[in-house]
Parts: sequence; C-alpha cells; structure tokens
Amino acid sequence: MISSQISLAFKKCKKEKRPALLTYTVAGDNTKKKSLEILNSISNHADICEIGFPHNTPIADGGQIQTSSYRAIKNGIKMQHVFEIVKMFKKNKNQKPVILMGYFNMIFQYGENKFLKKCKNVGVDGLIVVDLPWPDNKTFSKKCKKFSITFVQLLSPTTSISRMKKIVRDSHDMMYFISTLSTTGGKLKALPKEILKNYNKIKKIDKSKNLVIGFGITSKNISAFKTADGCVVGSEICNKISLSLKKKQNPVINVSNMVKKLKKKII
Amino acid sequence: MIKIKKDKLLIDQHDKNGFWGKFGGNFIPETLKKPVEDLTILFEKLRKDKKFIKERDYYFQNWVGAPTPFVKLENLTDHLGGAQIWTKIVSEAKGGAHKIYNATVHCLIAKRAGKKYIVGDTGAGYAGKMLSMAAKKFGLKCKIFMGAKDIKRQKPNCDAIRANGAEIIPVYTGSQTLVDAVSECMRYWVSNCLTTAMCVGSTVGPNIFVKICGWSTSQISRELMLQIKEEFGEVPKKLKLINCVGGGSSSFGFWNEFMHYNKKQVEFIGVEAGGPKKSKRHAAPLTYGSKIGILHGAAQYVNQNRDGQIEETESISAGLDYPGVSPLHCFLKDTNRARYTAASDEEALNAYQLVTGFENLNPSLEPSHAFAEAIKIAPKLSRDIIICVNSCGDAIKDRDILKQRLGKYK
Ligand SMILES: Cc1ncc(COP(=O)(O)O)c(C=O)c1O
Repeated sequence: MISSQISLAFKKCKKEKRPALLTYTVAGDNTKKKSLEILNSISNHADICEIGFPHNTPIADGGQIQTSSYRAIKNGIKMQHVFEIVKMFKKNKNQKPVILMGYFNMIFQYGENKFLKKCKNVGVDGLIVVDLPWPDNKTFSKKCKKFSITFVQLLSPTTSISRMKKIVRDSHDMMYFISTLSTTGGKLKALPKEILKNYNKIKKIDKSKNLVIGFGITSKNISAFKTADGCVVGSEICNKISLSLKKKQNPVINVSNMVKKLKKKII
Repeated sequence: MIKIKKDKLLIDQHDKNGFWGKFGGNFIPETLKKPVEDLTILFEKLRKDKKFIKERDYYFQNWVGAPTPFVKLENLTDHLGGAQIWTKIVSEAKGGAHKIYNATVHCLIAKRAGKKYIVGDTGAGYAGKMLSMAAKKFGLKCKIFMGAKDIKRQKPNCDAIRANGAEIIPVYTGSQTLVDAVSECMRYWVSNCLTTAMCVGSTVGPNIFVKICGWSTSQISRELMLQIKEEFGEVPKKLKLINCVGGGSSSFGFWNEFMHYNKKQVEFIGVEAGGPKKSKRHAAPLTYGSKIGILHGAAQYVNQNRDGQIEETESISAGLDYPGVSPLHCFLKDTNRARYTAASDEEALNAYQLVTGFENLNPSLEPSHAFAEAIKIAPKLSRDIIICVNSCGDAIKDRDILKQRLGKYK
C-alpha cells in the first residue's frame, strides 16, 4: 500500500524529531483569493493544512472560528469555492496535505459519494467531520477509505478507555485528540502535562497511528506539546485574521509570520 | 414505507442509532457522546422507577397544577356556525405555558445526576422562564441562552427569568433568534458538560432530548384523554386536535395519547408559522416541503440553501420562529398520521382578535396560529365534529408586539 501524503508528512517530521504543525483556516476567510494567499504563504512553515468549510450553525466552534466562518459565508463562499481553493492550493509547488474540516450537513447536501469524488479530484487528503462521531461514522469512514481519503477520528477527554480502543481500531492513519472540554479556541483547562497523560493513553493503544492534539493550542503553550505527533493551531490564526482586518493590515503577512513563529517553537 | 407501531410509544420507535425512520439520530461532537449516553441511561432508568414517577406526578399535580382546564368556546362556536370549538387551556399551567413540563422533568433528572447547574435555550422566553422557575424550585443554578432579537421582543418573560435568579446570555450571532440560542447553548454544554445539565426547550436536538421532552409534555394528552371521556363519555367519532408547531413539543404532547386512534377519528393538525404574508422566510419546513438536513444534532426537514447553510426565518411569533422541526413531526408527516399547514402573521393576529373578542381567553401568538386554522375550517364542518385547540401560551409576553400591531393590548 502506498503511504498517504498525510503519513509521509508525519514521517518527515519524526525524522526531524519534532511534531507536525497543523494549521486551521476557514476557506474563503475573508475572501476566496485572500484565503488562498494565506494558505500558500503558511505552507512554507506548516506541515499539514486543515481547511474549514464554513457552516452557519456550528455546535462545537468557539468565537474566533465562528467569526471567520460567518465572514466567509457573508462574502459568498460556497462549497464549490472551497473545492476551487483546494485545487489551486494543490497546484502550488509548496503544497501540503489538505484536511477538510466541517459539519456533516454540508456533506449530506452535496451527496456523500459526490462529495468524496470531488475531494479526490481536487486533492483533499483527509476529512474531519465534527458532528459525525464513532460509531455513527462507520459507513462514511469506510467510504473515505475507498477513495483513499483519511477519515480523522476525534477523541476527547470524555471518551472512555473502552470506547477509545474501538475508535482507535477503526481509525485510519491519523487521529485527533481534543485537548480539553471546550469548543475550539477555549482556554486549556488542564496543565499540558495532564493533557499529555491522556494523550499517551490513546497513543499506547496503537503507536503506529499518528495522533495530533488540538483545541486551545497557541503560540503561548505549543512548545509544551513537543512530544506529540502533531499540534493543531486554529483559533489563534483565525483571530489574527480578524485583528489584521480590523487594523487594516494585510492578514497574509501577519498570519504567515505567526505560523513561522509557531514552527520555531516546536523545532 | 415506515409505519407507526401500535405496541410502543412513538418516542421509543427509533432504531439503535436513534433514528425515527430517516429522522433524528445523534449528530454531536465526540465530547458530548459521554454526557448524552449518561443522560440516556439515567432517563431510561428513571422512567421505570416508580418513585421517580410519583415525584413527577406530585410536582405536576401540586406545583404545575393539573389538570389544566378543558372548555368549550361557546361564543366562538356560535359565531363561526360550524364545528364545536373547544380548547385546553394549557397556559393555566404554572408560568403560563406547556414548557413547564419539560423544564420540571429536566431539573428532576439533573438533581438525580448530582448536577448543580442547568442551562437552556429559549425563543419566546417561556422555555427559559419555566427552566428558571424549576431550577429555583429544585436548587439549581441556571443560565438561559436567548437571541438578542427575542430578548427585545419578549421582555415580560425576560423579566421573569431574571426575577427567578437566572442569568440571560444574549446571543448575537446569525438571526439572533431561537436557532442561534440553541447553537450557543449546545456549545456552552460542550465546554461544561461535566458539571452542568442541559435542557433543550423543545422536542429537538439529539435523540435523548427529543425523548425526554416528548415524554414530559405528554402530560397534556393524558389529562385531555380523561377530560374528553368525562365530557363525551368516549372519544368522539370525529375529533380534530389542532396545535401550533415550532419545535413541536406542545403538539406532540397534545397528541401522544391519541396516537393509535385512526386518523379518520382523531385527526392531528399542526400549524406552523408562515411568517409575514409576502415574506419567503417562513418557519414552516413541513408545510412548504423543506429538504431533510441536519440541525442541532438531528436529521429533520429544515430550511436551508443548496449548500446546507441553515436559512433565517421570520415570524411574528418568537416561539415558532425556528427553521427546523422535531424528528417526531417529520416522522408523523411521512407516515401521514398528522397533517401540517401554516398560518401567516396576519392570520394569527386576526385569530387573536377574534378569539379574545368572543372569549375570556388570551392565547399568545403561538397558539393564535392554531386558532387561525380552527377558524378557517370550523365553518365548513358540522356541529357534531369536535375541534380542540391547544391554547399553550398566555399572551402577556406578547404585550408589546400586540400593542404595536393592533394599536392596543386587550
Ligand atoms: C406558548 C408557546 N407555544 C408554542 C411554542 C412552540 O414550541 P413547541 O412547538 O415546542 O411547542 C412555544 C415556544 O417557545 C411557546 O412558548
């Protein structure tokens, strides 16, 4: 079996003895063109790019990501544009593995098969569906596999050990550990040490699967998670875009600088 | 085609994944899996626990006030000159609406679960008012999520919520109405689920919330069944139960005990909010054939665009101003057990004027939608047909809107 782009990215980081840096931005924030420019510039530093397809009734997003999503939707972003952004990003010589992230209704309306086919065509490597937990996602995640798309299972501090085992068993080459009981962008409610203890519980079940940590990771605390396979930063980036727009500065430069700094903290 | 089974309550006719046919389920973030499962186990245990049932009945009887009156609207019937119009004045329940049943049960469960805090959403403000009342009664700290637009237009209920010692969290996203309040409340629960219980204000949300709410509001039809048998000796040959439908909790509760009667004998009519006469932003997904989609954790008919973004609604009635509807009602529509229609803002206002003109009754804008349908069909029907409308809310909360639209309140 050929390794996925996602697996290869993790392998490369392991060789460099550092966690992978995953960024989260919302497609179309604040315009289609700008969000592509942001992706192109941050891909100089990030290892994997998570791209959100915005939804207007998100039940697990904090304020910063909601703001980005509403801004993108208000500016007319449609599913079709999200795919166009990915397609153009994948033409960039610096392109990185892309994980689309969003809510199931958008996939449901597009049609599961049609959605996955389109993902494959434009070069999507993985999918995170916030409101499609295990075991409800069994059929869909199998479909993803058929299209060689990584379905990223989520695990949370409330996930019991027995449930963890089943989720890990059914997961593909990457999983996502939610650091803390929170929507995205919340403050870490536990010390990094505690979070890593939970993280290691999952890791121990199957060391071969890449496990990233997300929710509440910022430039202030990212260096504490160096031992993880990967760290996801989302809200801080979305917030940077908001602040840049407010100050009439170029979000592309500001975000790119921020991601560069984030990277430095984990090498 | 899926059929309603006769040997089971409708709330229990879902598959192991929580679906009633194509509707319902649990589209929730991983973090909520555990709290939802805990709540499910606890509720399934408690509903079989005789002590718990006794406790529920005690509070329904002595605190909420049971039964709420069932009366004939003689003047309205004579004026319309057709079918007999009766009403169950559910707004006589403590606090002024049916939302008290679900709120009471959620607080009783939260106590058993050892929770100290409870949060809930509200549109018209009744769900919030009742939750704040029940929380106070049972010693729970309470937060209510409410759209900023609704806070403005339902002030009397907001005052009541605050007087009960609960905090109102205004929601400024989206249309600043009920749909946004429910989203924000769920997000709050994601972050606080270990210490805090959540009450969803209607028969919507993940499977277990639909079930708890439907189980609680069924008190309405339990009372009605007895009252009807006492009044008529038996269930009449032709009975029409008319109820407004927002999320669908009052209507489901009004119908539940009559579920297995033939629909030719007991017809269910649900009235959704059609919005302003010329507006396209109705809140009537069942009436106008909205597509199935996912909102607040459940698959349902919901107003949305082609991409799957939920659409904003517009209705004079904050309680009905919601783009989705209970999976139970989607199921009742698809199985043809219930019929759904819509009344416009104007029709609801006219109905309000007619009813309050003829009767000593003050239905809020939500049940005024149901009265609009009764007024429409009654003249064409014969005197032996019994129409019963659930007057599920009191119009005090609509004082400002009614003054503005009609120039006077009462
Ligand atoms: C008086 C009243 N009736 C009806 C409704 C609509 O909700 P449901 O359809 O769940 O009864 C509300 C909701 O706030 C309400 O306050």
